[in-house]
Amino acid sequence: MIRCLVAAIGLSIAATSVLAAAPIEIGIGYLGRAGIKAKLSLVELPAENDGLAGARLAIEDNNTTGKFLNQRFTLEEVRLKDDEDVAKTAAALAERTGFIIADLPADDLLKAANAIRERGTLLLNAGAIDDRLREQDCRGNVIHVAPTRSMLADALAQYLVWKQWKRWLLVIGSHDQDKLYADALRRAATRFGAKIVQERTFEDTGGARRTDSGVTLIQRQIPVFTQQAPAYDVLVAADESEVFASYLPYRTWDPRPVAGSAGLVPTSWHAAQDQWGAIQIQNRFAKLNSRQMTALDMQAWTAARMVGEAASRTKSGDPKVVSDFLRGKDFSVAAFKGRRLTLRDWNLQLRQPILLVDGRMVVSVSPQEGFLHQVSELDTLGVDRPETKCKLN
Amino acid sequence: MQAELKEDELHIWRHCLLFGMAAWLAAATPASAFIAYVSNEKSNTVSVIDTNSWTVTKTIKVGQRPRGIEFTRDGKFVFVAVGDDDSIQVIDVAKQEVVDSLPSGPDPELFALDADGKILYVANENDNTVTIIDVEKRARLGEIQVGVEPEGMAISPDGKILINTSETTNMAHFIDTTTREIVANVLVDARPRFAEFKRDNSEVWVSSEIGGTVSVIDPAKREVTKKISFEIPGLRSEAIQPVGIGMTKDGKTAFVALGPANRVAVVDAVSHKVTKYLLVGQRVWHLAFTPDEKYLLTTNGVSNDVSVIDVAAQKVIKTIQVGELPWGMTIAQP
Repeated sequence: MIRCLVAAIGLSIAATSVLAAAPIEIGIGYLGRAGIKAKLSLVELPAENDGLAGARLAIEDNNTTGKFLNQRFTLEEVRLKDDEDVAKTAAALAERTGFIIADLPADDLLKAANAIRERGTLLLNAGAIDDRLREQDCRGNVIHVAPTRSMLADALAQYLVWKQWKRWLLVIGSHDQDKLYADALRRAATRFGAKIVQERTFEDTGGARRTDSGVTLIQRQIPVFTQQAPAYDVLVAADESEVFASYLPYRTWDPRPVAGSAGLVPTSWHAAQDQWGAIQIQNRFAKLNSRQMTALDMQAWTAARMVGEAASRTKSGDPKVVSDFLRGKDFSVAAFKGRRLTLRDWNLQLRQPILLVDGRMVVSVSPQEGFLHQVSELDTLGVDRPETKCKLN
Repeated sequence: MQAELKEDELHIWRHCLLFGMAAWLAAATPASAFIAYVSNEKSNTVSVIDTNSWTVTKTIKVGQRPRGIEFTRDGKFVFVAVGDDDSIQVIDVAKQEVVDSLPSGPDPELFALDADGKILYVANENDNTVTIIDVEKRARLGEIQVGVEPEGMAISPDGKILINTSETTNMAHFIDTTTREIVANVLVDARPRFAEFKRDNSEVWVSSEIGGTVSVIDPAKREVTKKISFEIPGLRSEAIQPVGIGMTKDGKTAFVALGPANRVAVVDAVSHKVTKYLLVGQRVWHLAFTPDEKYLLTTNGVSNDVSVIDVAAQKVIKTIQVGELPWGMTIAQP
């Protein structure tokens, strides 16, 4: 009898609480630079809403869940123009939202992080892959959802080594970020037992990416550029600037596969990914945005879902409560990668498997079988705890 | 008052059941043959297994991406959800071929039949809905809006509550089958895949594939009372991904398929302690008992086979090759 009464009271309390309160509003900001990134391939030109579209889908997903928990998520989008001050804009956005998803270059990201440090707003880095943001320049108020260059390079290296393609011809672009990627690839080669037989630099001498008789010229240029190389198994290209790598496949002097910035590419996401229930998010994304889902879309989706996940677990929209949960040991998020994703507590980097794609298909997913780790196999990708330079404040 | 009465009834019922089972076991007739229907997600086929000879006797062509599969109550038909064709196909067991299809809503994955076998509840993964279908009239009776990516479906033993799990929302939704409205939402760990009631309605278990746990929910209080986790020496916890759950009728023993851990956990369903891990094929997904509960069959996606577990001995006794990526399974008297 008493048990029945207690149950009845419990039920009625649950019922009234659902009916009564106005939903908890949880605002998420999205801060990115306006403008389109250059790409060699016309089919890879990013859409104007690259990234943002992923965040929008996550807001929908969060709200479907939120309606059962009386939580409502909103997204505020801010696009910086070239001359706009990132620190000021971030600070203003932080006045209104407890969470900001950022797609910013490394220096801008640090300015934004410094500007909002006192406000308690959490920054979720969805765009910058620079290792230094997780190492010497790490910040306590920034969670990194994008993988790092070293994670991408390690993911590729594990596969190439598993494939027994251990002799690499490394071709590096002449821009700074190309050199950073080359550093990550050299580190990966050393870690996993590959040998860089030679390095070559592809100078960016300027010039247009679209021309009317481009193919003829490239067909002459690339075989010559790649001839007389020492014996190698795979050409690995470091060309984040999109100057030459996509010209390499099928044009090398020796018939060799290409990997890195073209050919077999490591990435956090691809429109061809359909395993582990991914077809469902691909369908949802296409329905909402009438295009395919990119890596940046997925990184932004994951960032907004992490906030949603923490809000539903803590039943709170308070930035401090949500942030604490995200950093705590109970946090994990499902993101169609076949296993739960968690945060590295020493630098707030999201652990994640990396896809290796050829542009049309997912060829493999790293970490590869056999690369073992005492904590998580995902920590075989990127900078591990013993090597970190990060001191979170 | 009522609750206490119910417990007494159950107590008596349990005794009867035990006595009955003992008598039946004593009779120890040789195992009668059953037939198992296995959906092969990649092959677009259904394998038919004879449990006497443990061989595949027939492979039936079905639609695109067959997953959820279940016998009708009279055992004459098998329903199989063919997600990429947006329908549920009907296999005639006598003819061993597809004879009909039911409307299902988009991308059906798993479904549940009510006790009479007249109403079908379908999880539509792409649409965040559960569709209700009248089997005889082949008519859609309604829809229920649930969380993101609905998957697991289970009906309470009294037929009053339908459980649906939503994979990205991470909830078990309790749906009143009369009003067809959600009456409670219970948060569980990430990517809930499957729900299973104890026959006495005392517990419902929900597996969380990515969370790596099974949540035990009290259906009366509608809250998680216990979480079962799994530890296998030499395996990283991320590889342990619970999906299918098989519960013996007496509610004493449960089996949980652990996906890429390639093992089925044996769980004492009273103490909720894991007692044993059985090595089966690769990426073990769903489970089904033979009606006499002598055997438990598992679908092993990556190794393309079915493992046969001797329930009493808690041992794997056989492996049967089926089609590519075996997913679901249903077993009945031929």
